[in-house]
This record gives sequence, C-alpha cells and structure tokens, in this order.
Amino acid sequence: MAHTVIATIREPLVEGHKSYHQITEDICSPTERAPGPLWIFGFILSITTLGFGLACIFLTIWNGIGEWNLNRTIGWGWDITNFVWWIGIGHAGTLISAILLLFRQKWRTGVNRAAEAMTIFAVMCAGLFPVIHMGRVWLAIFIFPYPNTRGPLWVNFNSPLLWDVFAISTYFTVSLLFWYTGLVPDLATVRDRAKGLRKKIYSFVSFGWTGSAKHWQRWESLSLVLAGLSTPLVLSVHTIVSFDFATSVIPGWHTTIFPPYFVAGAVFSGFAMVLTLMLITRKIFNLQEYITIAHIESMNKIILLTGSIVGVAYLTELFIAWYSGYVYEQFAFYNRALGPYWWAYFGMMTCNVISPQFFWSKKLRRNITFTFFLSIFINVGMWFERFVIIVISLHRDYLPSSWSYYTPTWVEMGIYIGTFGLFFTLFLIFARVAPVIAIAEIKHILKTAGDQYTGPNATHHDNDHH
Amino acid sequence: MSTEKEVLFGLYNDETELMKAITVARESHLDIMDVYTPFPVHGLDDVMGLSESRLHIAGFVFGALGTLTALGVMSWVFTRDWPIIFGGKPYFSLPAFIPITFELTVLFASIGMVVTFYTICGLGPGVENPILDDRITDDKFCLAFDTNGLDEAAVGNLKGFFQDTAAAEVHLKTI
Repeated sequence: MAHTVIATIREPLVEGHKSYHQITEDICSPTERAPGPLWIFGFILSITTLGFGLACIFLTIWNGIGEWNLNRTIGWGWDITNFVWWIGIGHAGTLISAILLLFRQKWRTGVNRAAEAMTIFAVMCAGLFPVIHMGRVWLAIFIFPYPNTRGPLWVNFNSPLLWDVFAISTYFTVSLLFWYTGLVPDLATVRDRAKGLRKKIYSFVSFGWTGSAKHWQRWESLSLVLAGLSTPLVLSVHTIVSFDFATSVIPGWHTTIFPPYFVAGAVFSGFAMVLTLMLITRKIFNLQEYITIAHIESMNKIILLTGSIVGVAYLTELFIAWYSGYVYEQFAFYNRALGPYWWAYFGMMTCNVISPQFFWSKKLRRNITFTFFLSIFINVGMWFERFVIIVISLHRDYLPSSWSYYTPTWVEMGIYIGTFGLFFTLFLIFARVAPVIAIAEIKHILKTAGDQYTGPNATHHDNDHH
Repeated sequence: MSTEKEVLFGLYNDETELMKAITVARESHLDIMDVYTPFPVHGLDDVMGLSESRLHIAGFVFGALGTLTALGVMSWVFTRDWPIIFGGKPYFSLPAFIPITFELTVLFASIGMVVTFYTICGLGPGVENPILDDRITDDKFCLAFDTNGLDEAAVGNLKGFFQDTAAAEVHLKTI
C-alpha cells in the first residue's frame, strides 16, 4: 500500500465519525424520501422558466432571427455570449474530476459527482445557442461531415467554427461517459437498498454491478485513463472556443493571449458556479460533513488563482494594445473602457479582478455567506467578460459609418433565462434520483483522508461507531 | 448463469480484515471465487494476485484509430475528393488539422475504452448479475468460494477458515 503522510495540520475531508453504513445512509436518503417543499418549489420555478425559454426559442425559430436585435454590425450578441459563458461554467466539473484526480487531490471526492453533472448540464445549455443562432435549425446537420446531396462538398475542416463542433461534441460525450461510469457503482448501492419498481429501475441503470475486485481494478484503470484524456480535452475546448475569435482580424479579438486567458476564465467561472450550487445542495441535503469548510476553502483558493490569472490577462491586453502601436487595437480598448458600453467593462473589471482578491483573507475564504455572494458576483462578471469581448469589439470596428449599438430583445433575454430553467431542472432531477456525492469514493478516502485516518501520524480519535 | 452454482461466502466488516483473510486463504491454497467490496480497496489486487488491467492498451489502440481516421479523412477530402484553397494555404495544411485530429483521438479512445470495459466485465444496461448480499454495496466486504462439487469435509474446512479469520457472517447461497 502506498503510504501517504498526511500533515497534522490538514483538516479531515469527512467529518462526524462516519461508519461506512452511515455514509451510504446520508448520501442515499435524499433519493429515497419524498421531496421537500424547497425542492418542489425550486422544481416548479425551474420548469416554468424552462417553459418560458422554450416559448422564446419557438418564437425565434418560427419568425426567424429577426426576433433578436442583432444587426449588420453586431452579428453576435447574447447568443454567443451565453454560449461561451455556459461552456466556461462546465469546465470546473472536468477540472475537479480529471485534473484533481491526476494530482491526487482527495478533496475532489466530495464535490466531483455534482460538479460533473453540472458540466454536462452546462454543456447542454451551451450547445443550444450555436444551433439556434443558425436561424434555420433544421439545417444544423450541415455542420457534420457526411456524404451528402450537395455533391461531395464537405465542411471546412480548417475553420475554428467547425473545430468547435468537434470539440464540444467530444467534450459532452467524454464527460457523460466519465460521469456515468463513476455513477454505476453508486447506483448499485441505491439498487441494493431499494424495493419493488425502484429496484427494477436501478437494476437496469446500474448495469449489473457486483463490486467484484477485478471490476473495481478495471474501473479504476478506466477512470485514470479517462481523467488523463479529459485533462488535455478540457484545455482544448476553451482554447478552440477562443480560436473562434482569435483567428479573426477584429481588433480586440485578434489576440494570441486568448487560449490560456479563456481557459483560466472558464475555470474561474466554473468554480464559482460549483460553489453556488454546492452551498445550496449541502444545506438542503444536509451534507455539511462531506462538503466541509475545507472543501469550500480549497475551491476559493482556485478561484483566487484563476481570478488573478484573468486579471493579469486583462492588464496584458491593455498593455499590448498600447505597445503594439496599432491604432485600431488601441481604439478598441479605449472604447471598451470609455465608450458607450463602459458599464459592461466596469462590471467585468469589478467582478472579476477586484472581487476574487478578497480571498487572500483566510477568514473570508471560510465564510459561507461571503463565498456564496462572491460566487454569484463572479458569474455575473464572467458573463460581462464575454459580452465585452463579443459585443464591444464588434460594435465599433474599422468603419465608423457602420458603428452601431445593440440591446437585446425580450426574446433573447428569455432564451438565456430559459437555459437557467433547463440547467436547474436537470440538476434538481439529478439530485433526486442519483447520489449527489460519490459514495464509493468517499468511503475510499474515509481512512486515508477522513476523520478516521489510520495511517502514519494518526492521532487517536474517540470513534463512537458501533 | 446457465448452470446453478453453490457459493459459500463470508462477510467482513472491515477492509483490513478482508485483506488478512485473503492472505490466509492464499497461503492455505484455497481457491477464491471472487472478492466483492463496496469501494475500490487499494492493495487488494496485490493481495489477491490479480494481474494488472490491460484496459489502457485498448485505450491506446482506439485512440490511434481516431488519429488515423481524422487525419486520413481530412487529407483525403482536401487533397483528393474536393480540394479547396482556404486563405491561400496549401491543400494539405497539417497545422489546421490538429484540433480535429486531437478531438477524434480523445473521442475514439474514450468510447472504445468504455465499451471495452463494460464488455469484458459483462456489464451493461439491464444486465442482472446475481448479488450475494445487498450489503456488499454498502459496508460489507465479501469473500466467496465456489462450493460446487466439494464434499462436506472441504466445505467444513472453508467454514473453519471463515471462523479463524473472524468473518462477521457466513452464508451458503445458490445462484
């Protein structure tokens, strides 16, 4: 057995002197009892919002993109802003489940399941926008390379927009496989506790899992390789999304700094969303002993790091615009800060650069209320960032006669609100039917990183189980 | 699952007890049918003498297939089937093929490995494998012996083994 020496100052990742059975009980029980009033309220709200969003999508498809306020100058507005924002949100899930697995960060076990679910739902929300922004959605199949009736005319494999199609569909598929394979043993746990029809359903979805030693060995091998594949994958996804802009010649877009800057921003916003969700989930499902203050602090440290990277990227952009001596680039940045959209730039700078710096304070990192509000701030800020990059760069470029201004219609806003409905509807269903915390993985770390640590440096605990 | 099998199994409360029991069983040359645990117990494969999983080889093969598919199709389309000049670049512009090649490598490797995993483990949607005890996915660690064709003395020997290794429960089940 590998001996990990745990520093005595490191906090346990599972609290409350849990026995294995208690862990099963705590995490499975929310799926077994009738939903509480808070859940029902949340679900009705989400599904109503989703319905409203669907109505707005219907209007867009029925009447065409004219339902939106895009014009000849500003061809991308809320649609692509929302797309990039949602894709970014998804990145935290993969970072937690894949990169932190490779780095052997045990605190990931408390949050990885929910974060991966969040990834999948966020990518679903994101994928909606490129499809509906095409206008004639029934022609969306044209983005796939297949022998077709247009003569043997293929898609442009050299276009970043097509790379996006491949990147996002791969990302979604791999995330889904990774997540579900991790879920199978836990679904088997729910199956073995269930009776009647529930047992039948969970039998079907748990794939006949028995917990055989060989299966576990292969399962771990699979998880490790999938993590190894997902790590460059998640970096590639936002890199490719940033290519949509960086390979163009629009001032403010034509930037080599975009790939790392986008990836850092994605992780930044993703962690903020994980925190927003998990702070609510741990409270509602009473999981404070599994998602501890130590988990929250770790995530806040990542927010501080990535937030600072994003801040440096903003300042680098400003410096390079000035240093390049290129008037169009200089104007683009002058216009961002002092043009008609100054409020978006101001919002972005405040929320993304200044607000995460509060997390240098340990006290604030461990303050749940503060973390919750800051996580929402960051999500707002990151939305502004995408809006700033997309709309501000487009609205005033080379030809002053074509300068324009853009405000969304209620339909555009409605679709965005609708994606929240979709996201929360899916998340609430997930939290009802599947264990929101990876049960097997928590049991696995209980004695190596939990409060029942038995390895070197272990101190005596008054174990009150049995 | 075509023939019925008789299985004698012991349930342990703790993974360390289970590991000790497996070591004893192997030392006394008992033929272990399988070991079932609620979570991946590290070091278990060493104690049981399981060989390392070769699943990652499948991952490599499928990944390589993805790389070749992507590169092959894109090269064929842009140099043979319908050559088009984009932005003054050559027909065969390898750097521009890298993103899609990478994505398909990952996609093929992942799907291929996952499908291989479920196939070799005999798992899949709707598959129902016999479950020895419902608590194995909760907090019990199970060591099972196939007792088909064993005489009473041999079965008694196994029961004695479970007693010696402090199994919490011992059951005989036909699956």
